[in-house]
Amino acid sequence: MDYFIELFCSGLSRGAIYALIALGYTMVYGIIGLINFAHGEIYMIGAFTSFIVATVLSILGFPLLAIVALSGVAAAIWASAYGFTIEKIAYKPLRHAPRLSPLISAIGMSIFLQNYVLLAQTSDFMPFPELIPEFEFMEPYAHVVGSSDLVILVTTTIVMLILTYVIKFTRIGKAMRATAQDRTMAMLVGINVNNIISATFIIGSALAAIGGLLIASHIGQINFYIGFIAGIKAFTAAVLGGIGSIPGAVLGSLILGLTESFATGYVSSDYEDVFAFSLLVLILLFKPSGLLGKAETQKV
Amino acid sequence: MFSFNDIKKGALISLWFIFLTFPLMVIKVDPIERIIHWRWSNAIMIGVGTFAVYLFMQFLKYRKEQQIQNRTVKDTEELSIIHRLIAEPKKRNILFASLMAIVLIFPHFVSTYQTNIMITALMYVVLGLGLNIVVGMAGLLDLGFVAFYAVGAYSYALLNHHFGLGFWVVLPIGGGLAAIAGILLGFPVLRLRGDYLAIVTLGFGEIIRLVLENWNEFSKGPSGISNIARPGFFGMEMSLEGSILYLYYIMVAFMIFTIFVVNRLQDSRMGRAWIALREDEIACQAMGIDKQKTKLAAFSLGAFWAGVVGVVFAAKTTFINPASFTFLESAIILSIVVLGGMGSIVGVIIGALVLILMPEYLRALSEYRMLAFGAILVAMMIFRPQGLIANVRRTYRSEKKNNPA
Repeated sequence: MDYFIELFCSGLSRGAIYALIALGYTMVYGIIGLINFAHGEIYMIGAFTSFIVATVLSILGFPLLAIVALSGVAAAIWASAYGFTIEKIAYKPLRHAPRLSPLISAIGMSIFLQNYVLLAQTSDFMPFPELIPEFEFMEPYAHVVGSSDLVILVTTTIVMLILTYVIKFTRIGKAMRATAQDRTMAMLVGINVNNIISATFIIGSALAAIGGLLIASHIGQINFYIGFIAGIKAFTAAVLGGIGSIPGAVLGSLILGLTESFATGYVSSDYEDVFAFSLLVLILLFKPSGLLGKAETQKV
Repeated sequence: MFSFNDIKKGALISLWFIFLTFPLMVIKVDPIERIIHWRWSNAIMIGVGTFAVYLFMQFLKYRKEQQIQNRTVKDTEELSIIHRLIAEPKKRNILFASLMAIVLIFPHFVSTYQTNIMITALMYVVLGLGLNIVVGMAGLLDLGFVAFYAVGAYSYALLNHHFGLGFWVVLPIGGGLAAIAGILLGFPVLRLRGDYLAIVTLGFGEIIRLVLENWNEFSKGPSGISNIARPGFFGMEMSLEGSILYLYYIMVAFMIFTIFVVNRLQDSRMGRAWIALREDEIACQAMGIDKQKTKLAAFSLGAFWAGVVGVVFAAKTTFINPASFTFLESAIILSIVVLGGMGSIVGVIIGALVLILMPEYLRALSEYRMLAFGAILVAMMIFRPQGLIANVRRTYRSEKKNNPA
């Protein structure tokens, strides 16, 4: 039973991280209908930035709490800056091009960013400083749920609540939903669509960066390639929940995290990534619109 | 030419990029030795580089505007030199004959090493032409193309290892198995819209690689299969150099065969159906084209070429392991098709030669190869989506007759 609970908890925290990344996919897809292939790379850049900032600060002798806060903020700022710039360079000129063009451009951006980090930093796995301490009050439960799992779950929940508030009740959130519904109509009622698209990229990238920071300190090492697999898995989660739907992305991520956790725990850890991909193929086969997505009807 | 505002904007953009690249380009930490390297020169380089690129782009824009102002109305269509050459049968034949001559005598003037590189380049030409059927003609973005390549390579390696089957026997088998894999993958996913299809094929490519890596009993895992036989010539023994030369000619013949087939396919009923499907699915179905069947045909035909080249690859290197079949390989083949021009056969050939030969001869730049591939994909989509050598659609013109009949 303990083993089951342990797998359950690690599955939940895994799913929570996927959710942070999947939200970026789903928000961007909802607004401009593009699979932002470079999103996994944004997550990787967020993780790398927090790694660099945290290591510099710890060498300079800052206290742990300051390191966590500053590296988190730095990761979010720089990841957003990258998201913003990528949209302006690679996607904005292609807004009226055929569907395939922005997708190829996104793939190119993803390859470019991976190799940029590889050349600017290193191809080795770098040890990530331990930012999440082992809590004392967690001691009795340490054999089933780790402190970092708890931190991940709590942080993700807080971030999700803030995001829900932003989307539901603020001016910018309303403008986002309007743009997602009908871009031309949103323009007609005076929404600056370009700014809204930029804002979507910035919010999505910041979420991914927080996910990057959390998972890097959970796993304890990073390299330039982590964004690729994480990106595909988060995309799987977004499709599972129904791409374009925000609650769907969270639900899909949790299901994917739990599936992976149980499958590696009870079946085999060699095929960890195969489970996610197979799940993706199966969903697309039987319910391409996802669990909470709307079926798209094509008008002629 | 450059106004003050241009300069100011350029400076601001450079500052933005210095800020953007600051943590990754300037700081480098060594967490074990606890040392921070500050590489300020990188920041200056980024700033100056961005500024120069910005000014250059403004200059191009300025020149384009000038051209538009000066342009007199032209009636004739502008075609590239290559297209004009191909359009005239006489010139075309001379061109092809001289190219063939160069290709045939090429290995006798250069070292074995050069021939080897050329074989690789030819392999990518054929791979590019295969993917061109799927992406260029049928408009299905396939990011897992390398999976079929792997199927071909592994079918030769395994059949040779376990049953001692020779190159020529496995060549069609490898292609056939890859085509079957294409159909198996195609059935479920071809109902999907373009971007979903891209991700699923990518996932499929990764699944194949992961299975090859982990299923030790079947594929010997990450350590791969070695001692694969080179292609035989009626049981004759050949030196290493001789067999490389032999492989080169096999590859040349194979490339010509591919070009011929793809060229014929393009103008066939099937090829036209692919192009129609790419342009508008619904209209195409309304005209009575079976969407499922047409897409499956494109998918399996593309996969067939990949499988056959996979067999050649296994025979060339005599050693394969799953590390040769990563997503990057798919990305390289896609770059070839996109750079050359989607749907254009001449374009794909030139794209493959440029992308494969250039890094070989510019060794100093080979580190930046993948960086450049990524940048090429983005830049091509933005500035020249039709590729270096665009595919020219067949057009018909009614000639004005002077003498009324």
